Amino acid sequence: MRIAVLSGKGGTGKTLVSVNLAAAAKASTYIDCDVEEPNGHLFFKPEGIQEEEISVKIPKVDHELCNGCRKCVDLCNFNALAYIKNKLIVFDDVCHSCGGCILVCPVRALTEKAKVIGKVQKGVSGEVAVWTGVLNTGEATGIPIIKKLLEESSEVNKQTFIDCPPGSACIVMESIKDADYCILVAEPTLFGVHNLNMVYELVKLFNKPFGVLLNKCLEGENPAEKFCLEKNIKILGRIPFDNELGTLNSNAKIAVNRNEKYRELFSSLLNKVTKEVQHETTTNP
Amino acid sequence: MKQLLILSGKGGTGKTTIASAFIKLADAKAYADCDVDAPNLHLITGWSVKPAKTDCYGLPKAEIDPELCIKCDQCRQNCRFDAISIDEKYKVDPFACEGCGVCEYVCPVEAITMKPAVAGELMLYSDGEKVFSTAQLKMGSGTSGMLVNEVKKQMKAAAADAELAIIDGSPGIGCPVIASLSGVDMVLIVAEPSISGISDMERIINTAAKFGTKTAVCINKYDTNIENTEKIEEFCKKQGLPFIGRIPFDLGAVKAINNGQTIVDIDCTSGIAVKEVYHKTMNLLFEKGGG
Repeated sequence: MRIAVLSGKGGTGKTLVSVNLAAAAKASTYIDCDVEEPNGHLFFKPEGIQEEEISVKIPKVDHELCNGCRKCVDLCNFNALAYIKNKLIVFDDVCHSCGGCILVCPVRALTEKAKVIGKVQKGVSGEVAVWTGVLNTGEATGIPIIKKLLEESSEVNKQTFIDCPPGSACIVMESIKDADYCILVAEPTLFGVHNLNMVYELVKLFNKPFGVLLNKCLEGENPAEKFCLEKNIKILGRIPFDNELGTLNSNAKIAVNRNEKYRELFSSLLNKVTKEVQHETTTNP
Repeated sequence: MKQLLILSGKGGTGKTTIASAFIKLADAKAYADCDVDAPNLHLITGWSVKPAKTDCYGLPKAEIDPELCIKCDQCRQNCRFDAISIDEKYKVDPFACEGCGVCEYVCPVEAITMKPAVAGELMLYSDGEKVFSTAQLKMGSGTSGMLVNEVKKQMKAAAADAELAIIDGSPGIGCPVIASLSGVDMVLIVAEPSISGISDMERIINTAAKFGTKTAVCINKYDTNIENTEKIEEFCKKQGLPFIGRIPFDLGAVKAINNGQTIVDIDCTSGIAVKEVYHKTMNLLFEKGGG
């Protein structure tokens, strides 16, 4: 069972929810796909970490062989190659590693070299396997890191919780592609509703079964709840706005391991989601 | 034009809340929302006029003509993005296609063409005095960095004479953030006093440093964790980064935002604190020899 946790925006509680669900599930895998700003490891403090560097392929020029035909420059849609002052120049940062320039070069002046963009870290914290993707600062995209994390995790037959990056762009799509269920975390503000609407559109686009978890609930009106009722969206639960939870969370402590109240809250959420997934697999096998 | 960019690394720290207060305090003639993935600034800047909308095109997407396709499999084998699959016919997954054109190049029978694709919608609000540039990325589009560049370009073109531009950034450290960083005079980082917030702040500071952009730090919701607040100030001191203020956690801020107001429109503690942060930021931004 693969559960993706997402929200239109950061700061709504994705990491809080996915970390605590994984901790409540005990034997599980937690995958941090927010490779730009991974935070889950700060909570789990995993041990026995094994690191693997992730690299992409970028072109390397042999200036002796290059005859200046510019075929590669013309083909590259990303403007990653330029022929300036009789010399072919590669702009590593904008290269998408499509390999087109290598294919098109008539004199084999271009080969590929690896460029490290980040890493994958795997460790354990109690019964939870903690996998983290880390993008190096200054790099544009962590998609190859997310791909690597999810590819390998599909071989692990355990409950898996995927902590997604914020937003609804390509990196989020990559993260939910193979998920069995999506939990959308929403906060009770006007921003919250606007952002919820976007991930709602995204999970509908990908035909993913999903439900909403309302976080930071206060007394009085909740615009996010109203949105769910209007659109007939399943509400999985409510996490109250709570100073104790806020303090535990800001000190990177796992709430279910610290307090019976939160253990119950996240265990019952886990049960509910598990039932939803089973229901989905029987109705849409 | 001096450009101030507001960033945080982590989402939800209050970038937009602070940006909207700054816009109000400065009576800014030019501002932009570069969080094209999840723009929010338009929700509180209260424009009654409708924005001018333009489609923004990203890189084209491949299309395979099944009539011409001879199923040689060259396109699928050479696609690095796993965008081509076989399901009776060969087809392209538009979400995976990055528009490199390799498939079009390798196809021996010209069955593949690159078709223009809309990446998002640019919006420009303007009333002859002020301009506000924003955009919404199309669901699942991968070209956010490019759209960010368009948002900034649109703002600059529409308000060439403005002295100051305030830009609300996007979370993270990746392509949209890098695109929003290019060419700005100063970055104000809004940090949150949590262990996660500190980790994210350090990563965004490193990213901004790679561009050599002048950077200052403030803390929002500082009183939710005083110990972590002190850690952040200590960190700034060590790094030689100007630390320019603490803003308290304030339920009044939530109320203001939900009413579509800024925190300086109502009488609240966060509003009072943000004024001081604003003045210090402006002093740094306009100081002689700086920027």
